[in-house]
Amino acid sequence: MKIALAGQPNCGKSTLFNLIAGYKAITSNFPGTTVKYTETKTHIYGYTCTCIDLPGTYSLSSMEPAELEARKHLLSGEVDVVINVADASLLCRSLELTIQLLELEIPMVLCLNMMDEARRKGIQVDTRKLSAILGIPVVEAIAITGKGIRELFVEVLKVWEGKKRGNVQKFSKDIEEVIHPLATLLAAEKGVEEKVSPRFLAIKLLEKDESFVGEINPGGDLYSQIQPFQKKLEEMHGRPSDEVISSERHALAMNLFEKVSTVIHPPKKDIRMAIDHWVMHNFFGYLILAAVFYGFFNFIFGIGGYIEEPLMGLFDHWIGQLENLFGQGSLSLFLSKGILQGIAGGIAIVLPYLVPFLIGLSILEDIGYLPRVAFLMDVFMHKIGLHGKAIIPLILGYGCSVPAVMATRILEFPQHRFIVSILTTMIPCAARITIIFALVAFLISPNAALAIFALNILVVAISGKILSIIYPEASLGLILEIPAYQLPPISNTLKKSWYRIREFIIIAWPLLIGGSALLALMEYWKIDLWINWFLSPLIQLLGLPVSVGTTLIFGLLRKELSMIMLTQALGTTQVLAAMTKTQVMVFTVFVTFYIPCLATLAALWKEIGKKGALLTIFFTFSVAIILALMTRIFWGFFFNG
Amino acid sequence: MLIPLDRVAVNKKAKVMGVQGGWGIRNRLSQLGIHPGDVITIVRHAALGGPILIEVHGFQVALGRRIASRITVEEVE
Repeated sequence: MKIALAGQPNCGKSTLFNLIAGYKAITSNFPGTTVKYTETKTHIYGYTCTCIDLPGTYSLSSMEPAELEARKHLLSGEVDVVINVADASLLCRSLELTIQLLELEIPMVLCLNMMDEARRKGIQVDTRKLSAILGIPVVEAIAITGKGIRELFVEVLKVWEGKKRGNVQKFSKDIEEVIHPLATLLAAEKGVEEKVSPRFLAIKLLEKDESFVGEINPGGDLYSQIQPFQKKLEEMHGRPSDEVISSERHALAMNLFEKVSTVIHPPKKDIRMAIDHWVMHNFFGYLILAAVFYGFFNFIFGIGGYIEEPLMGLFDHWIGQLENLFGQGSLSLFLSKGILQGIAGGIAIVLPYLVPFLIGLSILEDIGYLPRVAFLMDVFMHKIGLHGKAIIPLILGYGCSVPAVMATRILEFPQHRFIVSILTTMIPCAARITIIFALVAFLISPNAALAIFALNILVVAISGKILSIIYPEASLGLILEIPAYQLPPISNTLKKSWYRIREFIIIAWPLLIGGSALLALMEYWKIDLWINWFLSPLIQLLGLPVSVGTTLIFGLLRKELSMIMLTQALGTTQVLAAMTKTQVMVFTVFVTFYIPCLATLAALWKEIGKKGALLTIFFTFSVAIILALMTRIFWGFFFNG
Repeated sequence: MLIPLDRVAVNKKAKVMGVQGGWGIRNRLSQLGIHPGDVITIVRHAALGGPILIEVHGFQVALGRRIASRITVEEVE
């Protein structure tokens, strides 16, 4: 049995999904967290079933790739039961999607999620009546606490066993008189009925949905037969046919909502309104934004620096002891030192910064701050040819470039996706942030690290401007739902952070240890000298010690490798003994900007194609060289370090 | 009197009369529950010609000025 979770953005599909799958899908409080589907196998009352969490979609006629992905699954004919998750506090709007899902004629259960929020708004829903009208079970739930989930799956099983389809909701008579004959016409076409319900298709064609109209040969008979239907609808209502259908569906949903729900009291004014007054304020909003990010910065540095120092000292001590143990110049010394340095890099350098960073990012995501940042930053994003929504993938880029590149799927326009994908790779990801913290903030000063972040934002903005001049797009501008703040249980935030930290521990860390050991062997056999010799023109241009060449190559695998292997390449854990402060700055700036890691390049390749990925390599590499050179000149000049 | 939505003052209500624009913009707005006939409350205007925040059917949506200027409305009350 294949179950699909479908619903509008930010209604809690992934939260529900995680209840049965364990923490597998990232959840956040902003529309469009899930951009590709996640699948899990699970057992429900003895049945094995596959459950898929689909990206949120406001309706079944969309332009964004994330939403198209959801529709593709729903139309594949492989889904046995749809769980339509609806935000009960936004029931009226959610029902518009429900009406469309019913047209697919797949067995379905409606899950009214966020019942607590609905009650706070004073909305009471007569689920029995709603269920009778729609002809499908309706279950109340609060996914965040797990309430109602058992009942939900009991109903899922029932509709599956009974192959029970809901009642297709009828539009007003004059519109049905257009839909019905068109559907009959389509049903007679070969192959249509097997794939999708003719009524659904008829409605989509009347809505002039490109992805359906595009399927029909414009020269053929069918195409010319469809047009009179669209015309008829437009003549009757004096409006474009898609608007007629959407207004009609809207009216249907409102009508339904009024029938089944009562507003028992006006929405309780809560503190969240007052918070938003300040958070989105024309002046204080920006002040708060700056304070949040500055506070965040200090939080990471405070915790990370506090832990890094003693731990690093401990590892230094052990690494020193290895020499006594194995004797100078032996293969076992090189190898054991390499491995121990890899382990030390993970525990003492990366994790102390990564853990507070990921927890902080999760908190910002979960309470719903990011859409507010999009609102505040929209005007500035316009200056670089983008709009506010693009800030979300960019902020996610501070976590990891791979999901950030994927998150560009929430953007409507291909050109924007292209530009923002490239820009996200220039944002320092958690790996590069640890480098900035551990090298610059820790060894030079926190302000120097702040300067790198500020420089980065400036460069990203300039790059955005340049790219949007080369790849212009007449954009519509921002259309973004701003969800209410949420206070999800802290366990949820911690689970999410752990989900991301675990990724480092099981994937990146072994790579770090392996890479570190490999470098040790290369040093033992003096292969590193060849690589360093090959890279020496670049390294000398930047004024760095020649031995750092290899670390840049390894950094392409995982950015953390550049830093962890730096100590090894220099032959000392006391970086400042081997490099000047200027060199540390130049190295960090270069590593922050140059070519994205392999995983990111793979994601780029997939999202914006080979050309885009190659362009990114060329672009980021050029930017990195220019900035590193500028750092070399200016930092050396002003600080003499 | 018909005016573009971005000209409506904060805390005022306005009724949507029409949307000027192609399929894409109509589709996007209708998905968010903004159709002719709906009543919108203006919650705030961002600084420096930034987006406006509106409330419709009990939830909030940020709309860029360019889009807002294409929604013709009539002030109510």
